[in-house]
Amino acid sequence: MSFLTAERLRLLVPVLSLALLLGAVFYLQPRTMSYTGLNLLFNLAVPITLATIAQMLIMMVNDLDLSMGTFVSFVACVTATFLQSDPIIGFLILAGCIAAYAALGVIIHLRNLPSIVVTLGMSFVWGGLAVLLLPTPGGTAPDWIRWLMTSKPPLVPMAIVASVLIAVVAHFVVMRSAIGVVLRGVGGNERSVQRAGWSVVRARALAYALAGLFAVLAGMTLVGLTTSADANIALRYTLLSIAGVILGGGEFVGGRVSPIGAVVGALTLTLAAAFLSFLRISPDWQIGAQGAILIVVLALRLALNRREARGTRK
Amino acid sequence: MEATAPLADVLAVNGAEKSFGAVRALAGVDFFVRPGECVGLVGHNGAGKSTLVNIITGGARPDAGKVLVDGRDETASYGIATARANGLRCVFQELSLCPNLTVTENARITHRSISGFGWRVRAEALIRQKLDEVFPGHGIDSRAMIATLSIAERQMVEIATAFSESDRKVRLVVLDEPTSSLDASLARQLLAYVRKFVASGGSVVIISHILGEILSTADRVVVMKDGRVVADRSAADFTVDSLVAAMGSVVRARDAALAAHDYTGVRPVLKRSSQGAIDFVAYPGEIVGLAGLGGHGQTDMLVSLYLAEGGDWISRKDGKVAFVAGDRHVDGNLPLWSILKNLTLTVLPDLTRMGLVHTGEEANVAKKWRDRIEVRTQNLDNPILSLSGGNQQKVLFARALATRAPVVLMDDPMRGVDIGTKQEVYAILRSEAAKGRTFVWYSTEMEEVCQCDRVYVFREGTIVAELRGADTTEENILSASFSERAA
Repeated sequence: MSFLTAERLRLLVPVLSLALLLGAVFYLQPRTMSYTGLNLLFNLAVPITLATIAQMLIMMVNDLDLSMGTFVSFVACVTATFLQSDPIIGFLILAGCIAAYAALGVIIHLRNLPSIVVTLGMSFVWGGLAVLLLPTPGGTAPDWIRWLMTSKPPLVPMAIVASVLIAVVAHFVVMRSAIGVVLRGVGGNERSVQRAGWSVVRARALAYALAGLFAVLAGMTLVGLTTSADANIALRYTLLSIAGVILGGGEFVGGRVSPIGAVVGALTLTLAAAFLSFLRISPDWQIGAQGAILIVVLALRLALNRREARGTRK
Repeated sequence: MEATAPLADVLAVNGAEKSFGAVRALAGVDFFVRPGECVGLVGHNGAGKSTLVNIITGGARPDAGKVLVDGRDETASYGIATARANGLRCVFQELSLCPNLTVTENARITHRSISGFGWRVRAEALIRQKLDEVFPGHGIDSRAMIATLSIAERQMVEIATAFSESDRKVRLVVLDEPTSSLDASLARQLLAYVRKFVASGGSVVIISHILGEILSTADRVVVMKDGRVVADRSAADFTVDSLVAAMGSVVRARDAALAAHDYTGVRPVLKRSSQGAIDFVAYPGEIVGLAGLGGHGQTDMLVSLYLAEGGDWISRKDGKVAFVAGDRHVDGNLPLWSILKNLTLTVLPDLTRMGLVHTGEEANVAKKWRDRIEVRTQNLDNPILSLSGGNQQKVLFARALATRAPVVLMDDPMRGVDIGTKQEVYAILRSEAAKGRTFVWYSTEMEEVCQCDRVYVFREGTIVAELRGADTTEENILSASFSERAA
């Protein structure tokens, strides 16, 4: 078998597009090629990356989470209020959130409900809770999170260190660990996992709980960067996280996901926004232009998929 | 194990019964497997083989009867977990690996005990060693993702996974059509391994449509028909011919043996070449049967006939073909719509005036067809699901018959339909055919196939026989469906 396996080829597209964008940004604004520059460029990527990993864990079991944005917003509100004033209650609420995600997984599996419907409904629940907690923007980030997010490790900026760390941890859990194999197996062929004597309910609950954990981390790190929270702070995350997973080589169904790819995809999306500002494209056009970048990258992916499909049909 | 004491059966099923709705899949089956024995299981479609396998592997519970493991009655708690705990494995006919995982990772799914640090190394060693043992020189990379392997390679991986052992000894392996995608030399390797496994005390149940394979590999052959075991003898007592005879039944002789029509000079309405020696043709007013074991290319033929006549983009107002789907829950019903709307779906272009549906005419068409095929309902506006399965299927028939299409393709539409409805539908088909309509009918039921004027028998994706008139007998169909190829 050659070095260039199907999986590695899949990762090549997101990595190349990230490199290309980074090169373009460096060319347009050489001052970004520094410790501070890189940190500023990728700072906001940390919560997006975590949310993307959370979405990836849901997509791994053939589901989709449309409540990611409101959930992260809600977690941000809890972090800026309870976690700051009463850390114990704050942590209890966050632990409850993770349990709620696990319960969602169980309900979706047992009642055979479409995850899109359930999570769409939940997005209103989370959104409502967030508004109840913080009707107007406010709150303050707990000092330790603030310290963590503004820390300056030697040589490499925090944002890069964090992204690599997230990628490594997620890769280990999903791709290398023994339980990760079963979780991906549920996405690939639920019946065969069941026939081998595994509990698919338990597997799905675990996948959802892990997703809840990463989404909670996303909300906490977001507040660490912004210092205060707002009930609508992370609404964009729902679509950004899905785009990040797909950009990074994941598929909507079939349990084909790549944690490293998802992190690279999230970084690419963050960088695309910066790239467009450096091009002095007016904010009115930026979202459209971001979409255009997405379409180009996905078209590349599609071309590669076709090649792969032709390779299989021997 | 000492051979002196009489050995208990590894697994036995006593008096198993199982029904799915109106269909009785198993009608009291006794089946057992002794240690160190290879049992061949044969039977035509719907004989109950799959249901029996499902009960053995714990995937389904019998409605009545007992499941015994090593002579212990385990009926109450028998399920997938119990079956696996007793060293029972199954290679299913359809692929049951996770295509998104590697060979090694799939081995890990099967072996719960391979876990913790270094699991990957252990799982890889396990599966590679078994692959080398069963299929020497296989050339499969255990780190390759299943989706990138060919069908034959996937089947090899699946078989090796089933035979591989970690914490528990594998005692009984059920192989459901294991050689269907293996070439002759790989099939020989597998069967040789089966004999070796059996010689070392293991047990195997093998299901195959290649009778030569069964006769050369199995010690004992069990023949099933209509949910019962009709023969259970040593393999040495059977020949290919006597096996075929045992599978057949005394299907009621047809009321009048249909004379073979002479179609020379008549223009066929449909024509299609298959890869085999025999090409498909259908003439006006004919009922053409597609027979053979399930999944041997009949549905593909129907779909290709349909697609060849209709475009993907533009629907034609005067389509040449109409389609009656087999699995009505998946391909047929619009479950939220009324009976009326389900029925008139195909004729909507005829009922449309300036882009709007003429509801009065729609109701007339629906009423006409309700009366003709006797759909038992007071109100056509009731939801389709309020009807019994047989009546739902009638509505789907009406949907196809209401069109002006001269050809109707039917994909085993009578699955799970009660006998009374079947008789009614047969009569409708006959009368429509007499008016010049052509029917292409794939059926898994022998009785239905014998209703046809002409029958094509499929095996492994191609037409292997064409039977007409008095030749359309169960015996001829059976012997064409089962290959005699010796392993």
